[in-house]
Amino acid sequence: MLEGLIAKASILMEMASNSQVAHAVTQASGAPGTPWWVWPLALFITTFVMGILAVMAGVGGGVLFVPIISSFFPFHLDFVRGAGLIVALAGALAAGPGLLKANLANLRLALPVALIASTFSIVGAFIGLALPANILQICLGATITMIALLFVFSKNSEFPKVGKADAVTKALNISGSYYEPSAGRPVDWTVWRTPQGFLIFIAIGVVAGMFGLGAGWANVPVLNLLMGAPLKIAVGSSKFLLSITDTSAAWVYLNQGAVLPIIAVPSVLGIMLGSLVGVKLLAVAKPKMVRYLVIAMLLFAGIRSLLKGLGWG
Amino acid sequence: MSIQAKAEKIQQQSAPVKQKKAVPKVEVPPEQVKYANLLLYCSWTGIGILAVTFALYMGGVITGYVPKTEIAQYWGLSVHDYLAATGAPTGWAWLSMLNHGDYLSLVGIAFLALLTIVGYLFLLLPAYLRKKDVPYFTIVVLEITVLCLAASGILKVGH
Repeated sequence: MLEGLIAKASILMEMASNSQVAHAVTQASGAPGTPWWVWPLALFITTFVMGILAVMAGVGGGVLFVPIISSFFPFHLDFVRGAGLIVALAGALAAGPGLLKANLANLRLALPVALIASTFSIVGAFIGLALPANILQICLGATITMIALLFVFSKNSEFPKVGKADAVTKALNISGSYYEPSAGRPVDWTVWRTPQGFLIFIAIGVVAGMFGLGAGWANVPVLNLLMGAPLKIAVGSSKFLLSITDTSAAWVYLNQGAVLPIIAVPSVLGIMLGSLVGVKLLAVAKPKMVRYLVIAMLLFAGIRSLLKGLGWG
Repeated sequence: MSIQAKAEKIQQQSAPVKQKKAVPKVEVPPEQVKYANLLLYCSWTGIGILAVTFALYMGGVITGYVPKTEIAQYWGLSVHDYLAATGAPTGWAWLSMLNHGDYLSLVGIAFLALLTIVGYLFLLLPAYLRKKDVPYFTIVVLEITVLCLAASGILKVGH
């Protein structure tokens, strides 16, 4: 009888050890012995701090979320990207009303750009969900490192010179005005090089959907430096158009089962509360120091992600 | 003012010169204001739904499809392996599982993700139709199509 039991046990052991899923399940739980609730709580605290830093550094929370959470938490990159999109979406939706009413987010500029970016963010989401995790991790690491360097070297222009309007700008009548407090009067604006800008938004959409990143880091330089939108219009329209770009990619992740509430919800709540506190702290903090800190964090997370993907981390 | 005239005016204006009296007169299109109001009320409602449903789930009032004490065994798996290991649904099938805390928490997320479609369909589409603004009417129709396609779950991915 004992021999029978041992035989059955060894068959079960062999089945378990042969099962890739069973092996992956054992590997997946992160630090063994850590109670389950520690991770959502740590996630909430981390995203709360992230929300504060993001506001003070003038960057979107979405760009910090994916590299940092995927580097230091035991969650699979698929779920981190899904949560990253929800975080960026919630932030953009909440910021949208103020920006639209002040005409800092302009529908005539944002709608055509959003159509291109949101269409290609679906393509990006499918690429991201189809690629092996290590390849995706390498691409994410390279992208985040590049973004950190972009933050260091990119010099935005408050009021860029705008050349002759192109045919697309004329056809779509992309222009507007906003109140500039430093001037004490409304400022009229339009854009140029619109076809070139639209082409770049194809790539921005793919990257946003692929990595679950908010794409403000790319939107602002394209709208401001290439298309010539004033900096405030570029920042405002970029933030608003994330609410459209991220919606399409978020639906893809949601439908594929890649949004886990236990990761997404504490992240959204943490980053939203952090942003509210960040706005209050902005008056007393030194934003330049915080910006350097955020760039250093991004560089560290990017390089770590790159090494992880290469199997050296 | 034509777009060309506006471009020329902007070329000349470069950086604005400081003036003493502030006259904040900026014309915001009515559809933009309506869209802003929709986002204002509904985005915070969505975040509120998220907080409440998640509290019910975490507080143990409604149990999860994957018990929260076991979820740590699965969250490090790829989504493909997660679905295979837990038998979790894809597409809109989660709507039939709202008696589970984890899927109830998705209601707030889906609500937030639906806002743009609602705004485009009920505010922007009629506004541009009324104005006979053909380019923007077309853009709005195309965007609604793209978002509905993404939301429909028709598109699938192979791992």
